[in-house]
Amino acid sequence: MIRFLLLFSRQGKLRLQKWFTPLTDREKKKVIRDMTMLVLPRPPRSSNFVQWRDLKIVYKRYASLYFCAGLEQHDNELLALEVLHRYVELLDKYFGNVCELDIIFNFEKAYFILDEFLMGGEILETSKLAVGATMEEADTLQETMEEYMSKPAY
Amino acid sequence: MPAPIRLRELIRTIRTARTQAEEREMIQKECAAIRSSFREEDNTYRCRNVAKLLYMHMLGYPAHFGQLECLKLIASQKFTDKRIGYLGAMLLLDERQDVHLLMTNCIKNDLNHSTQYVQGLALCTLGCMGSSEMCRDLAGEVEKLLKTSNSYLRKKAALCAVHVIRKVPELMEMFLPATKNLLSEKNHGVLHTSVVLLTEMCERSPDMLAHFRKLVPQLVRILKNLIMSGYSPEHDVSGISDPFLQVRILRLLRILGKSDDDSSEAMNDILAQVATNTETSKNVGNAILYETVLTIMDIKSESGLRVLAINILGRFLLNNDKNIRYVALTSLLKTVQTDHNAVQRHRSTIVDCLKDLDVSIKRRAMELSFALVNGNNIRGMMKELLYFLDSCDPEFKADCASGVFLAAEKYAPSKRWHIDTIMRVLTTAGSYVRDDSVPNLIQLITNSVEMHAYTVQRLYKALLDDISQQPLVQVASWCIGEYGDLLVSGQCEEEEPIQVTEDEVLDVLEGLLVSNLSTPVTRGYALTAIMKLSTRFSSVNRIKKVVSIYGSSIDVELQQRAVEYNALFKKYDHMRPALLERMPIMEKTATNGPTEIVQTNGETEPSVVESKHPPPVTQPTNQVTLISQSFNYLLLLTLCLGIPPMTAYNKNGLKIDFTFERANPNPNIAVITIHASNSTEADMTDFVFQAAVPKTFQLQLLSPSSNVVPALNQGTVTQVIRVLNPQKQQLRMRIKLTYTLKGSAVQDLAEVNNFPPQSWQ
Repeated sequence: MIRFLLLFSRQGKLRLQKWFTPLTDREKKKVIRDMTMLVLPRPPRSSNFVQWRDLKIVYKRYASLYFCAGLEQHDNELLALEVLHRYVELLDKYFGNVCELDIIFNFEKAYFILDEFLMGGEILETSKLAVGATMEEADTLQETMEEYMSKPAY
Repeated sequence: MPAPIRLRELIRTIRTARTQAEEREMIQKECAAIRSSFREEDNTYRCRNVAKLLYMHMLGYPAHFGQLECLKLIASQKFTDKRIGYLGAMLLLDERQDVHLLMTNCIKNDLNHSTQYVQGLALCTLGCMGSSEMCRDLAGEVEKLLKTSNSYLRKKAALCAVHVIRKVPELMEMFLPATKNLLSEKNHGVLHTSVVLLTEMCERSPDMLAHFRKLVPQLVRILKNLIMSGYSPEHDVSGISDPFLQVRILRLLRILGKSDDDSSEAMNDILAQVATNTETSKNVGNAILYETVLTIMDIKSESGLRVLAINILGRFLLNNDKNIRYVALTSLLKTVQTDHNAVQRHRSTIVDCLKDLDVSIKRRAMELSFALVNGNNIRGMMKELLYFLDSCDPEFKADCASGVFLAAEKYAPSKRWHIDTIMRVLTTAGSYVRDDSVPNLIQLITNSVEMHAYTVQRLYKALLDDISQQPLVQVASWCIGEYGDLLVSGQCEEEEPIQVTEDEVLDVLEGLLVSNLSTPVTRGYALTAIMKLSTRFSSVNRIKKVVSIYGSSIDVELQQRAVEYNALFKKYDHMRPALLERMPIMEKTATNGPTEIVQTNGETEPSVVESKHPPPVTQPTNQVTLISQSFNYLLLLTLCLGIPPMTAYNKNGLKIDFTFERANPNPNIAVITIHASNSTEADMTDFVFQAAVPKTFQLQLLSPSSNVVPALNQGTVTQVIRVLNPQKQQLRMRIKLTYTLKGSAVQDLAEVNNFPPQSWQ
């Protein structure tokens, strides 16, 4: 299973954190710090895999954001790259040419999309279209017309 | 009260902060506003406030005061509220807080909600962060949803069940009935999550594993359909249909086929098909191939299939994509034990990977290379590995050096090759070798008797080049100390003997003593080596001079050694040759794990050694202690000069005896132990012994063993006195005794003049 998924900028600012195992706040902060220190200094043409403690770290940079996942030993790293790519595609479809600012200003949506794609560290839905359709329908349930017109109520 | 500001407004404002302090101020202000809003129990804006809180939490600020508010949002009827509430619960709460249990009832209600998206939220939260208690309470609801025909809910229930099983394995049984027709689903989401659920159950329970083996044909069919099916826009990734599902099925097949002939047979064809037909131009195809290879290697596949798998890995090694090369090396490392010969065929490619620029690849290649070393390829492999050691980053050097030593020890084709290899490591990566390599190497050299001359010559030459790498210098010093005579006599057979004089050798060793590059340990080695040469060289006077200089070194260790060696020259010259003679062959007492060396020569006065100090010969440390160093001068230390005891006082039933020790290299200090005994019928309590000495002496009285001298000689009180007598004058002492006997206090003064001459001369 995936133990955690982190999104951070090139300056190391956290944009999203999803944890699939219970950790204390302190432990989470340590992991985040370790990941940024592990990933950010890597030269551009190195492999996307690093061994860290007992986990395989898979990361990929998309524009100004690093997507970083921690896998267990028996997980398939090459497939994890596909998982990260699929998530980016889903974000792209939802936001229309997604950029870092979209994820900053609509972080809760990024989480909602993620929760329709992964659950408990495993892939929930393998169809590109299904996730998008679900998000659209769920969004309509948001109580105000304003929300439906994709103008946030909160 | 004005409406709290909107989320995006807050984000925009915070992003305008130019300094950390400014940001903190804004956040604190907003948190205060949010807190008061929470206190007012405002339903309308609770959602907005919690959302803002979650943003600030992501920036790293504390948000625990919002935990209960999340619960209130979850309990709300509005979907917007629930969505943010559940998100907040997943971000702010965890099973460590009791608060999270309050969610259980809400989740239970929401699991039965009329809107599937609400049910979905509940399943998601439970499946991501549900604690064992929550899982126990709600497992029944999850099981119900696992049987629904609504595929949206079914797939979520399946992964939720996986989480429940991970948290509470005993509950696995209850999900068994619901798995009956999971694989007949058409919906890929359900199929995928079902395969995950089945995998989890099979991994945890051998019974389940046996039960689900019958699904192999069905899984093979599904996999076949995926490969053969035409283009499906929903599931297509670069021309491959649903690679995620394919990989998961391959993984489940691996678990089902392991150690089972029939199942392995049933999947042979499909595995061969996937292995040969998958498009390898993109990462996604290679991901599937990778999983296929892992499956083939794990099940009882026929040999043709296994060779196919290893060849795929071999092709991976030549791929331009770094990730693929990395993954290949990792897999080969896993299979090198079982399919050693097949992996050997790719040895040259693997060794080439040592030159890769990528750090992760280099490390894997190094580990794999060491695993591939055997008696046949040792020379070639070692050449490559030593070259790698020369040029690699410091982070690799220690591991590589250890690996080289291990491999050399196992497969060295000749002693000379072995010593040459170790020399090469010491000269190129000398500062990175582990501490225990110095004693190990010394032991190796000692035992290669015919190579002594060659070894000492090579080490001497290495010292002339470079004295900065301490392990090398230490080994070299030790060797020169031992075999210096072979060096100057030019007896080397293996290579051209060099011409070197005794003075030149001593120059080098003295150079080590004064050099800033030498650590204290190295200096110790050098000094001892110089000392040993006093029985091998003729320039004894020069050596005496050097040794006496260091008698006043500020380094205590060095000073101690020098003083002892001085004493060896002055007083124990007759023992010097015996003490400094050539070391015998050392036997290793343990063959694996921490090694201990037992000194097997039966040198002088072993009983004295034993009685005075704990034997240094068998120190149970992980490193082999170089006792050849400590042994020689320790012997000196422990030479006990037998001085007869004397009775200092004997009156009214109280008798005080003095015993002497000079267990101390300083000949000016006498260590006297008093033994007080009481022959009367009653105990002497509050016993105090005091002593005074003439002005030219100094006295130190240590604590007594007790202040009660038992009656009828049933025991003694002992106390240690140290007397410093620098002017070597006759020892005299005045003693005062006080004690209580049968209720009355007794005091007495006496002079002690009958000290034996040996105690102060």
